[in-house]
Amino acid sequence: MYSEKVMDHFTNPRNVGEIENASGVGTVGNAKCGDIMRIYFDIDDNQVIRDVKFKTFGCGAAVATSSMATELVKGKTIYEALEVTNKAVMEALDGLPPVKVHCSLLAEEAIHAALWDYCQKNNITIEGLNKPKSDISEEEPEEEY
Amino acid sequence: MEDNRFIYLDHAATTAARPEVVEAMLPYFTEKFGNPSSVYKFSQNNKAVITECRESIAKSLNAKGNEIYFTAGGTESDNWALKAAAEAYATKGKHIITTKIEHHAILHTAQYLESKGYEVTYLDVDENGIVKLDQLKQAIRPDTILISVMFANNEIGTVEPIKEIGGIAKEKGIIFHTDAVQAFGQLPIDVEECHIDMLSASGHKLNGPKGIGFLYIRTGLKLRSFVHGGGQERSRRAGTENVTGIVGLAKAVEMAMATMEERSRKECAMRDHLIDRILTEVPYCRLNGHRTSRLPNNVNISFQFIEGESLLIMLDMAGICASSGSACTSGSLDPSHVLLAIGLPHEIAHGSLRMTLGEENTMEEMDYVVDNIKEIVERLRAMSPLYEDFVKKNQ
Repeated sequence: MYSEKVMDHFTNPRNVGEIENASGVGTVGNAKCGDIMRIYFDIDDNQVIRDVKFKTFGCGAAVATSSMATELVKGKTIYEALEVTNKAVMEALDGLPPVKVHCSLLAEEAIHAALWDYCQKNNITIEGLNKPKSDISEEEPEEEY
Repeated sequence: MEDNRFIYLDHAATTAARPEVVEAMLPYFTEKFGNPSSVYKFSQNNKAVITECRESIAKSLNAKGNEIYFTAGGTESDNWALKAAAEAYATKGKHIITTKIEHHAILHTAQYLESKGYEVTYLDVDENGIVKLDQLKQAIRPDTILISVMFANNEIGTVEPIKEIGGIAKEKGIIFHTDAVQAFGQLPIDVEECHIDMLSASGHKLNGPKGIGFLYIRTGLKLRSFVHGGGQERSRRAGTENVTGIVGLAKAVEMAMATMEERSRKECAMRDHLIDRILTEVPYCRLNGHRTSRLPNNVNISFQFIEGESLLIMLDMAGICASSGSACTSGSLDPSHVLLAIGLPHEIAHGSLRMTLGEENTMEEMDYVVDNIKEIVERLRAMSPLYEDFVKKNQ
């Protein structure tokens, strides 16, 4: 079902984790649909993404697209990172099954959400970068067992 | 992790045919190929064999041979039962009662009937997946013609109070159908005792071949032909009989009945060990389905903060075959309708794992499976933003 690259990024995901006091954090998706991605950026004074980490709740494709997306933006300027599309993520993974294309869109959204957070904190306006959808904040409180 | 293990825990999806079943079938592909409808002795032997198979299957349900109609499987049986009963009794009324946790073979057929002007009531179930009998009684109307409730649920393994439901249906003079695809061969079933008028069953769920099943139809029900053509299956389901399939099914049923008690005891022991160890050793998980009114081979557990498909892929890499009710495995955005019907929130339904055991599984395998689940769940939680939030909230 999945390409070798997808399986590789799912079983050995790159850049899993958190960044404390991150320059930008973006969380997208919705537990109801079964996918949540969170991306953390550490961005330096030259607006270069020095470090990136992610956490994802979701299927194999969701984890693999998050992992690949972090690889593609690492070391890039915020303007270059904005150019990383879901297509680029998919191509880098040697494709995704049609029902999993939305995972790559989510990865693109997660990058944009983290960039938006960084821009908000630093009073930067980038053309084409819009406020992310805040699905996740509308979640009901979690049930515990 | 070991590389060469193969632990099959998806017996509710399908099972391997027993060697005895295959052996019984083989001659009917080659030397005994005759069409049972032909006049000469060569073929008439096959006709006699089919009758024997029908009798022996009927006996396992306390039914009569001429009440067993062979079909291509559970889905066809379910389609036939609902559509034919709806058509045959339309003059009495157009109201059907079923449940929210049925297999799609029932649910989608019911929806089709709704599009044809029938009205369908979908009963709720409680948090364990048991149909609410009070609600059933209240739902019955003068124009109710059919009640269809599954014997046991395919996802969460809950066994329904079929005898009580059959009693209610009988008292009200309503036809009662049960989808027993998961229960047949696992639990003793008596159509008289349970007042069952129609029952669907499938061969490949009880170590028989795929592509064969049957519908039990109580004598006296005036159901019409489902497949038009020749006179096979008393003209109700035309087409040259699947002789090999019928022979295989009958052999599988015979062996399932003979081994049921011992198999059930063995599977229950493994099931309970699996459930107990997981619930004790993995935090933030819950058992789905009734703890005791449950198929001997079903384990269904939701792991909070993780998603089912990731879990399945990682289990697969450890040589373990299982299934999940997550949306990713169903191809839609919603998780299993059964898990939602028992009241699970979406995100917890997404993290469900179904393991259905078979007699060839061992206790040692159960321990290997739990050890792997513990490791995998921990690994997936470590990369879950939901778990991160939960931990931060509770620090």
